[in-house]
Order: sequence, then C-alpha cells, then structure tokens
Amino acid sequence: MAREISYREALNETLRQEMERDQSVIVMGEDNSGGAGSPAGEQDAWGGVLGVTKGLYHQFPGRVLDTPISESAFVGAAIGAATRGQRPVAELMFIDFMGVCFDQIFNQAAKFRYMFGGKAVTPVVIRTMYGAGLRAAAQHSQSLYPLFTSIPGLKVAMPSNPYEAKGLLTQAIRDDDPVIFCEHKALYDSIGEVPEESYTIPFGEANIVREGDDVTIVALGRMVSVASEAADQLASSGVQADVLDPRTTSPLDTDTILESVENTGRLVVVDEATPRCNVATDISALVAKEAFGSLRAPIEMVTAPHTPVPFSDALEDMYIPDAQRVINAAKSVVEWER
Amino acid sequence: MTGTLPTQATGELSAESLLDAYRTMRTIRMFEERVHDEFATGEIPGFVHLYAGEEASATGVCSHLDDRDAIASTHRGHGHCIAKGVDVKAMMAEIYGKRTGSCQGKGGSMHIADLSKGMLGANGIVGGGPPLICGTALAAKQQGTGGVGVAFFGDGASNQGTTLESLNLASVWNLPAIFVAENNGYAEATASTWSVASDNIADRAAGFGMPGVIVDGFDFFAVHEAAGEAITRAREGGGPTLIEVKFTRYFGHFEGDQQTYRADEVANARENLDCLKRFRERVTGGGEVTDEALDTVDSEVAALIDAAVAEAKDAPKPSQADLETDVYVSY
Repeated sequence: MAREISYREALNETLRQEMERDQSVIVMGEDNSGGAGSPAGEQDAWGGVLGVTKGLYHQFPGRVLDTPISESAFVGAAIGAATRGQRPVAELMFIDFMGVCFDQIFNQAAKFRYMFGGKAVTPVVIRTMYGAGLRAAAQHSQSLYPLFTSIPGLKVAMPSNPYEAKGLLTQAIRDDDPVIFCEHKALYDSIGEVPEESYTIPFGEANIVREGDDVTIVALGRMVSVASEAADQLASSGVQADVLDPRTTSPLDTDTILESVENTGRLVVVDEATPRCNVATDISALVAKEAFGSLRAPIEMVTAPHTPVPFSDALEDMYIPDAQRVINAAKSVVEWER
Repeated sequence: MTGTLPTQATGELSAESLLDAYRTMRTIRMFEERVHDEFATGEIPGFVHLYAGEEASATGVCSHLDDRDAIASTHRGHGHCIAKGVDVKAMMAEIYGKRTGSCQGKGGSMHIADLSKGMLGANGIVGGGPPLICGTALAAKQQGTGGVGVAFFGDGASNQGTTLESLNLASVWNLPAIFVAENNGYAEATASTWSVASDNIADRAAGFGMPGVIVDGFDFFAVHEAAGEAITRAREGGGPTLIEVKFTRYFGHFEGDQQTYRADEVANARENLDCLKRFRERVTGGGEVTDEALDTVDSEVAALIDAAVAEAKDAPKPSQADLETDVYVSY
C-alpha cells in the first residue's frame, strides 16, 4: 500500500526536498523556526504557527529565516530577493493578513514582468492559510483567493489534498512567476497517499476527480472533498456528477470545464468565498458565454453568504458550504424544467 | 549617532572618477531639463516627476556601486536610473512610450527599470522600494557576493510603514542595506517640516539600531563620503545605515505643478547651492580637473540628450501584438 501522510507533512516534505535540490530556495516568515532570540529556549520551537516548516531550521542553516511581525517588510523582501537569484518561500500566516502587505504583492511582484518590459523574473512563493471552520472568526477565516486571481501577473494554487499539496508546491517553487499558494487550514491534518519522490503538478490543468454525465460540479480547495461527498450521495440516487478540481484559479483550465459542461449540460460551482466577484461567478460567466448552447439548466453557485465569517459554531457551520447544499444545487439543475 | 558630516576635500577621487561623476550629474540635469521642456509641448504622455537639483545624491551614492549591488528608486527616479547606468536613450524612449524604451513602453517614467544593471525600478508607490531592497540585500548576503542594496526614498516615504518596517527588518537581519532618505523639503505639496514629526528623518535611525547621518545634498563630496562609509560598512557585514540627504528639487512635484506652496527657495538654490556649480568650482579650484575638460563633458552630454530625444520621437510605439505579452514567464 502506498504511503499516507498528512497535508502538513506533504508540504514540509516538499520544502525539504526542494531546499535539498536547490540552494536558492529559502524560507521566511513569522516563527518559521520559532524561538529566535530566546535566551534559554529552543530554536525551531514551532516550525511555523502551522508546523509546516518544523525541522527545516537545523537541516538548512541560514536558510530558514524568522521575521518580525512585519508582513510588508518580509513579503517585500522575499519579492526583492526573488529578483536577485533566490527562490524564496514566504509564509503569510493567514491570508487575512494580506491587507497589511498587499502593495508588495499586487503593485510590485505582480507587475514587474510586464511593467519592466518582460525583463524581470520574480520566482517567489507566498504560502498562506485560508478558509473557515476553525472558529477563528472574521479576521482569520476568509477565502480571499479571488482577489489574487483577479490580478494579472499572479498565479494562484489551491491544493485540495496531500497529494495535490506536494505536487503543486513543488511546481510553485520551480515556477518562474509569483505564486500565491493557498492552503486550507482545515486540511492540514487530512491524510492521503503521497509518493516519497518529488513530482510536479502542472498549473492550469484541472483534475477530474470523478466522472459522470448528469452534472458538472467544479469545486475549489477544501470544497473538492465536500463536492466529492455530495457526488457519492448523488450517485446513490442515480445522479452521476463530473467533479472537477481546477487546482489553480490562475491560470484556469477553461477547456476541461467547458468540455465537461458540453457533455453534462449542467453546472454547479462550489466556492467557499463570498458570493460577489468570486471564482464561482468567474467560472459561471465563462460557461454562460462559451457553452451557452450546451446548458440545459441555469447555473447554480454554492458559496458563503455575503457576510464576514461568524465566530459562533452555530453560525459558522451555516456559513460554510456543505455537501447537502451541493446535493440540493445539483438536484435542482438536474430536475430543472423550462 | 546622528550627525552632520563636514564637507571634505576631493580626497581619493582620481581625475577620471571626478569627470565620471560630473558626467553623470550633468547627464541627469540635462535629461531632466530637456524632459521639462519637451513635456510642455504636450508630446510626453502621463505623469513626470523631475530629479533636477538632486543629482549629487544619486551620483554620490551610485558611484560606489557595481554589478553586485541593487537599488530601488521612487516616482522621481530618472536620476537614480542614470546614475546606476541605465541607457539614457532607452530611458528617453520609455518616457515617450515607445517600443524601444527600457520597458518597451509598458512602464513609463515611473517604472523605468533595468534589472541587468541592478536597477529595480522607479516605483509609483511611495515606500514601495525599501522592502524590496531588504530582499536584494538578503540575496547578496545569502550568495556571499559582498553586494549591497540601496533604497532611495523621499521625505514622504519616510512616514510610510513599509519604510519603517524595512529599517527594522534590515537591522534585525543585519542586512547590507543603505537607506537614502532624499528630503527635498516637500512630499507633493506638504512640507517635510510639517509631515515628519522628528527634527530629522535621520534621527529615526536610532530607533532602529543603526547609524543615521545627515548630509548636504547639494554637495557631491559630502554625499560621496557618507555613502562610502555606509557602503563599506555594509559590505563588511556591519549592517544597515540611514542617510538623510537634504536639498531642494528644482521643479514641481510633477510637471504641471504650479508650486504656489513655495517661495523663492528654488532660485536661491540654483544660484547659490547648485551641486554642479559647486562641483565645478571645487575641482577646478583644486586643479584636479580643468574647465576645458568639464566643458567637453557638457557638450558631449548635450549631444547625447539631443540624440536621445530625436531617436525617441522617431521610434515606433508598441503594437497590438505587445498588449498581452510578458505578463508571465509562462501561463
């Protein structure tokens, strides 16, 4: 049986293997080792607040950098270093914190190549944790990847399981463009089969998670497992769903989505982001424009509501799209009649 | 550690180095005065911010730099570009929005860059450069090149969080970084005496655990000496320095600025403080360089700027085929 490890372990292994392979790969972020400057305590005390970088500090001296809580400075430093021959992987602890360093990401890193006439190469990866479900409330739970997706010059990856995490992070580090790497905080302990050797998953190639002819379900990040659970239950009631994981929202594999909808004639998009100008609306617009003739029912979007993420478990559980809502959406499009 | 450095003699600089410095300053001056004139014709699109009057800063700092070193600049970036060796004709073409420009016409005045020269770009975001320079300095440190990073920024950017965060990070990481605060007296139309709460920007260095130095920005030799000390210290692992360069810009914040917020300071500066005049007096007075040699530089630079403008005007604009290229390396 193939080896099974967690999403967290897959990310850690990827960083370790890429740092072994390429001296230019460096890692930086708040408490990426943890314990810096403590007179008596342990260095590498944390290995990042997520534990993803644990153990790297001692194996790669001088290449795992703790930072002050100073996101503009260190995210900018990662970007600057990337223009000078390093391949930095910066950890922006929560995607919500992009508000304090967004200029460096969208005005600097994203624009260098175009604005400088094609002469800049900025191979930086910004790993960041997104998503609701941990009762972390409004400023530590958002799904802000649509903002990055809308910015030319950035690539956005959203690994949905441990296998995807390793292949996509390896690709992100080797990629010559800036990559926003969105890790869902509820997935770190999820377990899956992951090969020990290095491998890449190309950006812009959707994964067909499950095949079916009745309805296309496109889901992002953690919503892939929600969609798969829904598809299992739909199958037991005779509805066969094609479940697609785009893997990256920029670039987006439009061909695979359109081919699927041309076959099924029905589309449900599952996106944990809030409903205005998110990836669901983007994919829905694409399909409405490019595959209008194939559609046999209106498109359904299953998203969070247009609210901040609530704290109370009672409210947060209602906030996050779940399998039942996906099932309801799929049934409504399958049963839709003019 | 804040203090004003005394103006020194021409010191160690050879006649050749002095002529190079003069050529750089004269090129910046003529470039900017010509852009000022041409902008008035309406032929140059967009926003242009001119560096005239501030030449001694870019030149005094960059004369210490080589290919190992990177700089980040500001919206007032033409001088830094020229001093770091960006091709003057390509710069002019860029300002005209032409395909032959430094950035193929996609950047413009506020984004001229040449990464092959370690010029990380003029920057349209006030305070955009200092974090990037922490990164280029980190890269130099990681790679053991002995290189440094220099962030030029204005008095306006001295109040931005990005700048203050970068000063702290540079000290915490002991980076080979030099922060050059070019205090020309005004952030847009707001006086730095009002917007900077400390007496001097350099005073803030103490709060970030690094030396802070104030220099007369109209004096090439003062800037050159202060920058030399800071850059040597950084190359030797001694960490970052904040240098505040004080002077006056000769033109408005942008071309078209009526400058009703200031009185006769520019006329006084041009007459009594001008860095090129003072440089000439100093080097000819000491006998290191002759007036003739400087005059020759003046005419060569004038010819270069004439040619740059003529070629820029004749050059083709980018085409439809260029619109969507070079957003990514691969996509």
